[in-house]
Amino acid sequence: MNLILVTFIILLAFTSYYFGRKKALVIQSSQRLTALPKFYGYYLAAWCAAPALIIFVLWSVFEPSIVKTFILQDYTDQNLTKNELQLIYTKVKALAVGTYTGNITNFLDESANKYIQLKGIANSAKVAIILAILIFSLSFAYRSVQKNDRMREPVEIFLKWVLFVASLGAVLVTIGIIFSLLFEAIRFFQAVKIFDFIFGTHWYPAKTFVRDGQPDPELMKDAFGAVPLFAGTFFIAFIAMCVAIPIGLLSGIYLSEYAGRGVRKYAKPIIEILAGIPTVVYGFFAALTVGPFVKEIGNAMGLEVSSESALAAGAVMGVMIIPFISSLSDDVITAVPQNLRDGSYAMGATKSETVKKVIFPAALPGIVGSILLAVSRAVGETMIVVMASGLAANLTMNPLESTSTITAQIVVILIGDQQFGDPKTQSAFALGISLFIVTLFLNVIALSVVKRYREKYE
Amino acid sequence: MSKIKAENVNVYYGSKQALFDVSIDIAEKEVTALIGPSGCGKSTFLRCLNRMNDVIEICRVEGSIKMDNLELNSRKLDVVRLRENVGMVFQKPNPFPKTIYENVAYGPTIHGIAQSKEEMDQIVETSLKKAALWNEVKDRLDEIGTGLSGGQQQRLCIARAISVSPEVILMDEPCSALDPIATAQIEELIDDLKKEVTIVIVTHSMSQAARVSQKTGFFHLGKLIEFGPTDKIFKNPDNQQTQDYITGRFG
Ligand SMILES: Nc1ncnc2c1ncn2[C@@H]1O[C@H](COP(=O)(O)OP(=O)(O)OP(=O)(O)O)[C@@H](O)[C@H]1O
Ligand SMILES: [Mg+2]
Repeated sequence: MNLILVTFIILLAFTSYYFGRKKALVIQSSQRLTALPKFYGYYLAAWCAAPALIIFVLWSVFEPSIVKTFILQDYTDQNLTKNELQLIYTKVKALAVGTYTGNITNFLDESANKYIQLKGIANSAKVAIILAILIFSLSFAYRSVQKNDRMREPVEIFLKWVLFVASLGAVLVTIGIIFSLLFEAIRFFQAVKIFDFIFGTHWYPAKTFVRDGQPDPELMKDAFGAVPLFAGTFFIAFIAMCVAIPIGLLSGIYLSEYAGRGVRKYAKPIIEILAGIPTVVYGFFAALTVGPFVKEIGNAMGLEVSSESALAAGAVMGVMIIPFISSLSDDVITAVPQNLRDGSYAMGATKSETVKKVIFPAALPGIVGSILLAVSRAVGETMIVVMASGLAANLTMNPLESTSTITAQIVVILIGDQQFGDPKTQSAFALGISLFIVTLFLNVIALSVVKRYREKYE
Repeated sequence: MSKIKAENVNVYYGSKQALFDVSIDIAEKEVTALIGPSGCGKSTFLRCLNRMNDVIEICRVEGSIKMDNLELNSRKLDVVRLRENVGMVFQKPNPFPKTIYENVAYGPTIHGIAQSKEEMDQIVETSLKKAALWNEVKDRLDEIGTGLSGGQQQRLCIARAISVSPEVILMDEPCSALDPIATAQIEELIDDLKKEVTIVIVTHSMSQAARVSQKTGFFHLGKLIEFGPTDKIFKNPDNQQTQDYITGRFG
């Protein structure tokens, strides 16, 4: 039903576009047009589609809650809690569409009938109102077209609003996500002291921390200390950067300064393919190939290596990040003005001296920016850690032991059964928001560094 | 006495020929000006003299260019040594984004000219003095070179070029980005420098060529049309095209 309605509105809008354009051509024979003929078409189409679609959306948003209010009116005298009311409403809806399987009371049956009836009324009303609006707005717009009013400005204003609504939507979604994170995190911090979370060194969220039916703050203190996770996150990111920075940077320098046009044309896309490999693939590569390999080598050298090691995860993560650094630093280095190179060569500097003493320092801020972006990418990486470095939050600085990260723990917490309102579930939000703050911080620094670099050369 | 002797130089960018059989004799400790309409190959020729055309992948140079009887257009030539001896100043000032001191010390460091910190300080000071910049920057040698004014930057580039005491300095329109006062300063500088160095300067300003140079070469469409003493070229050229260009009738 809704689909038909929307399709109808859109088809009508297309038709009015062609109609408006044709009308403009007719007007043209007797008067001067106020805009290109297509603007007449856009004008009609916008007036046709926009009001009807806006009403349609608003209706669809508010209809369910209005119907619900009507249905639940009959239950107000029973003194029910919010949850019970919600349950009843779910049952009524299920009964109405015929998927209900419990036993049917008279009262429920009655409500279901009422629900069906209400829905029917609402649907017809919706169609009627939208048709009325279509007729009204189209005739209004057609009148303007006939009078040969100014067409360009309204269309431009309309487009401006369309763009505004789109960006508003994006901003609102972002704000919504941040607030829901914050909200749950605050609830978590009501149960667990923020101090214990930030400075505690034990992370065992699976531990029972209920004593006599009540969460015990003393026990909780030992369950939600995030230090091992932060340490693990930065440790693995550090290993990753130890792999990615040298290789990425050197290949970036090679591509931008040394490689001939032919090599560059093929090498750059190939390196960038690395960035397109899904992280799960890296994950099982780390878990099944690199992990056992590291263990074997370690054992051969007489070292104790767990099969899930921070080293394996970090190294593979580093490989994943290479293309970020190489490609970004290649761009930054290429952007260093040619006349600096010329100046250096003309002084008799060799290529490597020029790279080392002029180009690299000139590109350094941009390179630092790209490295920071890569770090925030490493900090946020999940899959590789989950698969290759284990889930036990050890506080360790030994790359051969397994350790865990913030992202991996969020996965652990939210996999399987979970209860809303449980501190364990809520802790995922607290972790999420701390991760968000860390990466936000890194990104802000990276962007400001890159921006300062741009200003220097433009 | 002849410093550089070019014979039948042909330069190609890919398949496009930019210079045709250019032969020229550049005298020692004189200023030689190269003039001609845009795109006629002046910069291309200048870049042959310190092998900067090597930097351009598609560029190919044929012919013989001898400096003090050393063949420059030869595979065996040590380009690093050559460029130590032949400095270059570009059209757009291009100081490195380093301190003023580091800019001037760049060449001496690369070529291992200074043995001690004191010696380096001395080189930097002399070079800046010769470039008539010392008084303006002596209190802020550790500021970034790119923070100077355009004219100061160009003089810094000149200081950078003379820091390794080259025998030849090539200048490609060194004043085109500068105002008349800065231009006058640089021209004065050129006058001073020619006591010790051979200078080849490309310029679009007839009056500048007339003021600073002893010899002038006129290029047109990749050919050296006329070459001779500046006085003669400007007062009584042999070639009609030269005459037309100098009097502003084409170009
Ligand atoms: N890097 C290059 N690649 C291809 N062709 C080039 C290159 N540099 C110069 N050329 C060509 O060579 C010819 C001579 O150029 P050149 O730069 O020497 O002229 P010019 O006399 O210095 O001109 P201007 O006075 O404008 O600086 C021009 O036709 C130009 O198109
Ligand atoms: Mg030029």
